Amino acid sequence: MSILRREVMRYLLGTGMIAAGATLLGKTGVAADEIPVGSILDATGPINIYGLPMIDATRFAIDHINETGGVLGRKLRLIQTDCQSNNQIYAQNAVKLILEDKVAVLMGGITSASREAVRPMVDKYGAVYFYNEQYEGGVCDKLVFCTGVTPAQQLGVLIPWATKKYGKKVYTLAADYNYGHISADWVKVYLKEAGGQLLGEEFIPLDVVNFDSVIQRLQTVKPDVVMSLLVGGNHIAFYRQFAAAGLKGRMAIVSATFGLGNEQVVLRPEEAEGIVVIYPYFQELDNPVNKAWVAAWHKRFGANYPYITDSACTVWNGWHIWAEAVNKARSLESKAVIAALESGIAFDSPEGHITLDPKSHHVVHSAHLAKVNDKHGFDILESFSNIAPVDTMKVCDLIANPNQHKQYTPQF
Amino acid sequence: MAPTRLSRTEFAIWVAAAVAVVGLPLLLPIFSIVQLTVFLIFCLLAVSLDLAWGLAGLLSFGHAAFFGVGGYAYGILAVNGLATPAALLAGGISGALLAGILGYVAFYGRVSTIFLAVMTLTVTLILLQVMGSTADPSYRIGSAVLGGYNGITNIPSLALGLPLLPSIELGPAGFFRFVGGFLIVVLALGRLMTFAPFGRILATIRENEQRTELSGYDVRWRKLAVFAASGGIAGVAGGLFASWGNFINPEVFSLSQSAQVVIWVLVGGRGLLYGAVIGALVVQALTQYLGAIGTAYTALVLGLLMVAFVLLLREGLVPTFLRLSLILPRHKTPA
Amino acid sequence: MQHLLVNFIGGAFAIASLLLLSLGLAVIYGMMGVINLAQGEFVMLGAYTVLFTAAHGLTLWLGIVLAPVVVGLIGILVERGIIRFLYGRPLDTMLATWGLSLAFIAGTTLIVGPTTEGVATPFQHLTIGEYSVAVYNIFVIGIAAASFALTWFLFRFTKIGLLARATMQNAEMVAALGVSPPRIYMLTFGFGSALAGLAGAVMAPLTGVVPTLGMAFIAKIFITVTVGSTAIFTGTLAASGIFGAVESIVAFLSTPIYGQVAMLLCALVLLRVAPQGISSLWRRHG
Repeated sequence: MSILRREVMRYLLGTGMIAAGATLLGKTGVAADEIPVGSILDATGPINIYGLPMIDATRFAIDHINETGGVLGRKLRLIQTDCQSNNQIYAQNAVKLILEDKVAVLMGGITSASREAVRPMVDKYGAVYFYNEQYEGGVCDKLVFCTGVTPAQQLGVLIPWATKKYGKKVYTLAADYNYGHISADWVKVYLKEAGGQLLGEEFIPLDVVNFDSVIQRLQTVKPDVVMSLLVGGNHIAFYRQFAAAGLKGRMAIVSATFGLGNEQVVLRPEEAEGIVVIYPYFQELDNPVNKAWVAAWHKRFGANYPYITDSACTVWNGWHIWAEAVNKARSLESKAVIAALESGIAFDSPEGHITLDPKSHHVVHSAHLAKVNDKHGFDILESFSNIAPVDTMKVCDLIANPNQHKQYTPQF
Repeated sequence: MAPTRLSRTEFAIWVAAAVAVVGLPLLLPIFSIVQLTVFLIFCLLAVSLDLAWGLAGLLSFGHAAFFGVGGYAYGILAVNGLATPAALLAGGISGALLAGILGYVAFYGRVSTIFLAVMTLTVTLILLQVMGSTADPSYRIGSAVLGGYNGITNIPSLALGLPLLPSIELGPAGFFRFVGGFLIVVLALGRLMTFAPFGRILATIRENEQRTELSGYDVRWRKLAVFAASGGIAGVAGGLFASWGNFINPEVFSLSQSAQVVIWVLVGGRGLLYGAVIGALVVQALTQYLGAIGTAYTALVLGLLMVAFVLLLREGLVPTFLRLSLILPRHKTPA
Repeated sequence: MQHLLVNFIGGAFAIASLLLLSLGLAVIYGMMGVINLAQGEFVMLGAYTVLFTAAHGLTLWLGIVLAPVVVGLIGILVERGIIRFLYGRPLDTMLATWGLSLAFIAGTTLIVGPTTEGVATPFQHLTIGEYSVAVYNIFVIGIAAASFALTWFLFRFTKIGLLARATMQNAEMVAALGVSPPRIYMLTFGFGSALAGLAGAVMAPLTGVVPTLGMAFIAKIFITVTVGSTAIFTGTLAASGIFGAVESIVAFLSTPIYGQVAMLLCALVLLRVAPQGISSLWRRHG
């Protein structure tokens, strides 16, 4: 009996170790001339609304780089991992890609929380990391490059335009998380500059679907402009209930977040038409680079692909900026690549001509104002170029002070 | 049927496990060690749930709350410059405190097991909302910015040292050994407890609470004690997690995180504590594997796994395996 | 005055939607003692039924009629396939339905994708002085009241309702009289699921329909039903009344986040004061 049990226990311990070890030891054996690059995004879980198009964009970008000569004359080998909308898996996958696959660059992260889970790992184990998504700004880290648009770049254009067009009285609705709070503060700054008046601001938790009390308050205070910084599936309910309560036409909605989760596709045209948004990229942009890009995209993923989002273009920008820097550095070594990235890289993106600001590691974007049309898409209203990420540039100088690994929160 | 005291085999397992914990960092690449460390932290969390659920029949649906509170306590204190071992201890105490308060309301109010599940779930959801709404930079404790959904980042790693000497941050190998060692100590103490009078009374509470009470035992403080201890261990696990990833965010309070803990123990099997360890390892490895191959849908598999285990393998892997391997051979060779 | 009326409608809407969402689980829990953690996903499936019919060019109303039927049938399948093996094991039932809930969310995402075009809110709006209220909200209040009344009537005055209540009291006696209790359980579970499907269908034009929709509701449903406890009608009505009122008043005075936190704290207090369910506060158990 006791011998038997010992056997059992030994076996048990063995299986446990093997089960754990099997995935750990992993598999190697790579074509030596390929450069491994890593991508961490969500293919599954609630965040995959944003993740799946970004994964498509990642594959598209890598293939394009490989077709046009690769990097240092070598092809890139993409290792795409699914982080399952779970930040702990983000951290785990980042470690795996850096230490096990020894990737030349790590790209990905969608929510700011996922980026903040990855960043300590990047700093601890050392890798060049690109975060390709719109976010609240302020990340100042020698190893990290944020290619997404930041609040100052959107709101600095949108707020003066909206107050001039619709009126000076503004009411802000923001998702109750970091992006919402910081952006709401920037709304105040730009509103003051534009001589507008803030009638109120509200922060809505991400799981709220009943906007009844919000809509009543809007009817009471009667703003000219509702500034929406709402995000996620649940908040789509706001636009729907706003239209149902008959407020559409009585006040304008402008937004720096509408469309990222394809809200204009989910909502009916009669609910969403007329909402004004601002992003660096729209599928409808009328420039030759974009025309060719959209055609190639549709050829690759099918003509009825939903809507090519700003995030997809940002991912494309991230990979191409990195590839260009490596070719310029003639090396994959982190220090050399970062030096090349800090040498003023420029890129002709579908959104227009963009440059990488060396001090803040952020991108100087183009920005376009657009209005939701009646065909689940946007009509471009006006375009602006050379919009600098002043929020982050104001606080972050990685040339003068390279040993920084933090995120600044703006003080107002 | 159940053994009345600890077998020598079990003792041998502990020694073997200790040797493995010390030796593995010499054999495996650093990435595997980092990965195994987080697996072991979750084993610790699973064991803490098994202490309450498996031993005393107290199923908490919000064990992630104790884990998360421990992680936040560690993060806030460590960022503010408290020595990391003290911060870890504080993490454990916060977990125990929260479990103690909930346990007091539940056990002294004599609510049913279902209500305990509801209460723990409610508190977890409240914590998720409260911590998620601290996004404004004005929410800070000392120099720790709570950071809403982004959470607290750049939390210092655990550093150990002798008094008066500067402490040294544990590298991946050292941290792995610390976590593994702690897990083994908790497992050993937990197993020893099941053979002690206290553990036996817990078992009778699980089997028939009324009878235990009629036999003259005060079940309330015993349930409270084991629940608080369980919360405390979960709290330490949370602190270790914050140290492992250098971040903590409200996601630890999410429904799916709470579900995970329950799934680990359900899959591994309740009551033996080893089951919790095996369950956590198997499910984590499976999650990792499914994520790596990218095609399968992890949540779908985990959900169906949960249904399948409740329906078909209610005891969980380890007890079923032990039963089969101990009983079946005896049929072949009747003594 | 107008303002007060608008607020009153807002509060009534909050209570009505909570009641409508919780009624299905209240029936299942009250009659069978089963806590179905996948109830939120039944709501979600109801909403998708509406989307599906709308995508095929059919009217919203057909979807609202169809949803309870579809989800009721899914409920019956779930009862036959899983729940019936777990009667008398409430914790195991919770675990199995929790797993089911994860699987439903994942499965739906896999099939329909993360985003689907929604349906617009029907009706126009009603102008009260300088305020306007969506007529659809008043429609939701009507539907909630009607389902509540119908369910009450069904269990109180029809033969099948009598049999269901009898089975809950004494299943063996019912079986001895020639009625099959498993069949009653199956139908009760199916009915409770159908109510969730209806709730989802009615909510669909008000919310963005996503596979994780159920998660936004499940905690509220769960808490309302456990606080309401086995008193299906009085308990659920009282619990949704209190929670709906607390949430909408606090949300109106401050922000929605405090509304939700106030509601959850209120639930904890009620659980401590009345661990046997809210109805025990006024009803003495004999």
